[in-house]
Amino acid sequence: MFDNFVVPDLLPAAPELFLAFMALVILMIDLTVKDRRRTLTFALTQLTLVGCAVIQLGTSTGDVVYTFSNMFVDDLMADLLKLFLYMTVIMVLFYSRAYILDREVMNKGEYYVLALFATLGMMVMISANNFVTIYLGLELLSLSLYAMVAMNRESVTSTEAAMKYFVLGALASGLLLYGMSMIYGATGSLEITGIAERLYGGGVNKSVLTFGLVFLVAGLAFKLGVVPFHMWIPDVYHGAPTSVTLFIGSAPKLAAFAIVMRLLVNGLITMAQDWQAMLVILSVLSMAIGNLAAIAQTNLKRMLAYSAISHMGFMLLGITTGVVGGDARFALNAYSSAMFYVVAYVLMSAGTFGMILLMARAGFEADNLDDFKGLNKRSPWFAGIMMMLMFSMAGVPFFIGFFAKFAVLQAVVAAGYMWLAIVAVLFSLIGAFYYLRVVKLMYFDAPLDESPLTAALDMRILISANGLAVALLGIFPQVIMSLCAYALLRSL
Amino acid sequence: MSTYPLLSLAIWIPIVAGLVVLATGSDRNAPLARMLALFGSIAAFLVTIPLWTGFDIANGGMQFVELRNWIPRFNINYHLGVDGISMLFVVLNAFITIIVVAAGWEVIQEKVAQYNAAFLIMSGLMNGIFTSLDGILFYVFFEASLIPLYLIIGVWGGPNRVYAAFKFFLYTLFGSLLFLLALMYLFINSGGSFSILEWHKLPIALGAQIWLFLAFLIAFAVKVPMWPVHTWLPDAHVEAPTGGSIVLAAIALKLGAYGFLRFSLPIAPDASHELSGLVVALSLIAVVYIGFVALVQADMKKLVAYSSIAHMGFVTLGFFMFSAMGIEGALVQMVSHGFVSGAMFFCIGVMYDRVHSRQISDYGGVVNKMPKFAALFMLFTMANAGLPATSGFVGEFMVILGAVKFNFWVAFAAASSMVIGAAYSLWMYKRVIFGDVANHHVEELSDINKREFAILGVLAIATLWMGLYPQPFTEVMHASVNDLLRHVAISKIQ
Repeated sequence: MFDNFVVPDLLPAAPELFLAFMALVILMIDLTVKDRRRTLTFALTQLTLVGCAVIQLGTSTGDVVYTFSNMFVDDLMADLLKLFLYMTVIMVLFYSRAYILDREVMNKGEYYVLALFATLGMMVMISANNFVTIYLGLELLSLSLYAMVAMNRESVTSTEAAMKYFVLGALASGLLLYGMSMIYGATGSLEITGIAERLYGGGVNKSVLTFGLVFLVAGLAFKLGVVPFHMWIPDVYHGAPTSVTLFIGSAPKLAAFAIVMRLLVNGLITMAQDWQAMLVILSVLSMAIGNLAAIAQTNLKRMLAYSAISHMGFMLLGITTGVVGGDARFALNAYSSAMFYVVAYVLMSAGTFGMILLMARAGFEADNLDDFKGLNKRSPWFAGIMMMLMFSMAGVPFFIGFFAKFAVLQAVVAAGYMWLAIVAVLFSLIGAFYYLRVVKLMYFDAPLDESPLTAALDMRILISANGLAVALLGIFPQVIMSLCAYALLRSL
Repeated sequence: MSTYPLLSLAIWIPIVAGLVVLATGSDRNAPLARMLALFGSIAAFLVTIPLWTGFDIANGGMQFVELRNWIPRFNINYHLGVDGISMLFVVLNAFITIIVVAAGWEVIQEKVAQYNAAFLIMSGLMNGIFTSLDGILFYVFFEASLIPLYLIIGVWGGPNRVYAAFKFFLYTLFGSLLFLLALMYLFINSGGSFSILEWHKLPIALGAQIWLFLAFLIAFAVKVPMWPVHTWLPDAHVEAPTGGSIVLAAIALKLGAYGFLRFSLPIAPDASHELSGLVVALSLIAVVYIGFVALVQADMKKLVAYSSIAHMGFVTLGFFMFSAMGIEGALVQMVSHGFVSGAMFFCIGVMYDRVHSRQISDYGGVVNKMPKFAALFMLFTMANAGLPATSGFVGEFMVILGAVKFNFWVAFAAASSMVIGAAYSLWMYKRVIFGDVANHHVEELSDINKREFAILGVLAIATLWMGLYPQPFTEVMHASVNDLLRHVAISKIQ
């Protein structure tokens, strides 16, 4: 009766299993926590993430390993992205700590557990090798995030943001599922590597496949937040409590990059011509709308939302240039540049939202641009950190943002799309304007509020480290660049 | 030849000194910040002196070369070196930095540490630009140097500083982004090298050369600045504090002109010949038309700013004569303009600090109250007008000689500018310095103090030295300029 049952190899999924187990344990332990600050819950959550990282490093073989009947894959790209993911989530939770302590309704054990489940969802997405696995991870992430956005239930804007996020997110999931079902119909496989083999063999109904691809790309575009599927981004970024915006604005970009790689590159590389054309349109539109709309914002979170749209558009440029005229010679260069871009973006984005959290106090959000006026008078050090983050986002050297843009642009130029590179740099020029405006507010204007910053020491140290990392990795970008390239080399 | 990494020291001493100055923090430590900044800038200047004294004038290639891996993933190297074209600018830059730190000694009372740090860091970055032999290294320094200047204009500038700072930043960024794409194109076409010296040897088809040349032209024309993309400069100058104006005029403008010699001419020689007419025309417009614009300015700083554009027009004109006389004249003009325009802006700053006005009409009869100042100002005004025996004359004269060989009418138009230059410089001088004491502000003027006298004195010595005995300046250029010309004469089309 159980002849067909094979115990799957659990080792490649060890970090996921550990995280799932710990999340449940923490949920229970939290019931007994009497401390209003929930220090124990917080500490356990962070230790869990550190534990995941240790397990990840310990179990990584460097080879591509499939398990759970090929539904789950562990390769070097997954390992690396997950390590960045743990680092990001640890940082995010540290940054959020003071903010949620000041806001009674949010400082619940559930906050940490939801963050862990969202992380688990992202890990599953990163390691997915099957449509079902991707969907599973995606929904785990999305549902956790919906709940986190709505966590501040006394706030009308947060509730509204959660509602919007939920409705549009569900629609996007629907699109994605529909696209997946079409591709399943055309190829008869749900397994990504299996689909790739079918397509390679030929004899697949092209029109059904293309139809499915369109929906698939639309669904991915929703999750990445690129134009014209970006509507939810500004509202959710703006409406969500800043600590949750920080979460949404950083780590999930890594996972979104991973599923784009899994679906489009691992699965549908033979259709690269079709999806690359779609991505080019998405990317140019995102850079245009993202950068132009960001200029008009007075709320920093909203501005960063539009900036996120433009950054994701820029990142897509790297993915669109992998295959040129059926020639995949540039693939590694192109995809690793996109991966480096995402990692760099996550680092900058975490730092920037972290700065908003650093400036926020009980009953004060610090998310308007004007709240940053005269920061140089109040705290030259943190004004300097924020300035580095802004110049990095604008792509000015010596900061990591420059080399991220550089890597993607050289991939675009190498692929021969000079016009695309010109469009990209012109929109970055427009983008530079609103980042410069933040620097202007901090340095050229007088403060509205002279009070010194009151953030805790650990927060100060971490934000400083984040800002300095943006500068140091800008001077020595080689390490992460080659890590990304090597990981993809071993995974593709 | 020295075994010390002199060029790295010239770049990193000011940057590290800038960070140390920054660490002194609030204005309570202002005296310490000033002393540290002065010490740092002098140390940075001292390490550049061996570059000049140890320079091998017979060698037209790169000297004091340093080569290390930086980003092997893209074959980007930390590759430094100077030749006869760039060496003087490193020394000039380090020298001007001392002047700038001294110029802000008493005037700048707010955020002193940040002010001095910005200038020191910028000085290091600019040395990086002049010494980089790797395209990306050059670009990184080129663009990073925008940040301190943006802050200097925006934080310590005049009433319209925000507008000027943004205009400055976005204009120059626009130029450099296209430049970046040109670098990437060269990277791909050279089979994966960012070495500028490799690119010099790279054969490129004419069509591609023209695109490259245009991309370079936009980047460098904005920086020089050439007509018609010069409009950011007067705004930036007017709003910048004195130190900012000095650096802008003395060093920052040279970056664009230097770029022509390092990138445009040797990498795209055929396109340079092909499009030399365009550059010559733009340069002549700058020389003549901008000269007239300078004549009608009511604001002294604007007047000198426009005169800078006209002088830089001479420089680009000289480059595209394709003769040793023209290029060396242009280089001499660049160095000389560094001294003279720096001094002019400092003189205006001296008056502005006392009267708080830059309008010519607010002055008159200054000589009655500030005789020492009037005498020194006279010298620099004459140098600005290109009077023989001052440094201003040597460069302009050499460029005009070069132009005569190229085309008589070009030389004629260029020479006419010496008249215009004399007109706007001397007329401004006359209105500001001579005549009766104009108002009670002028009545209350006190003559320059020791610090100001020392700064102007040093600049005056430099100006006269270059005017009377330019040999030490020109002899280092010969070999490199001749190499460049030989290189440019050979077609790269295959």
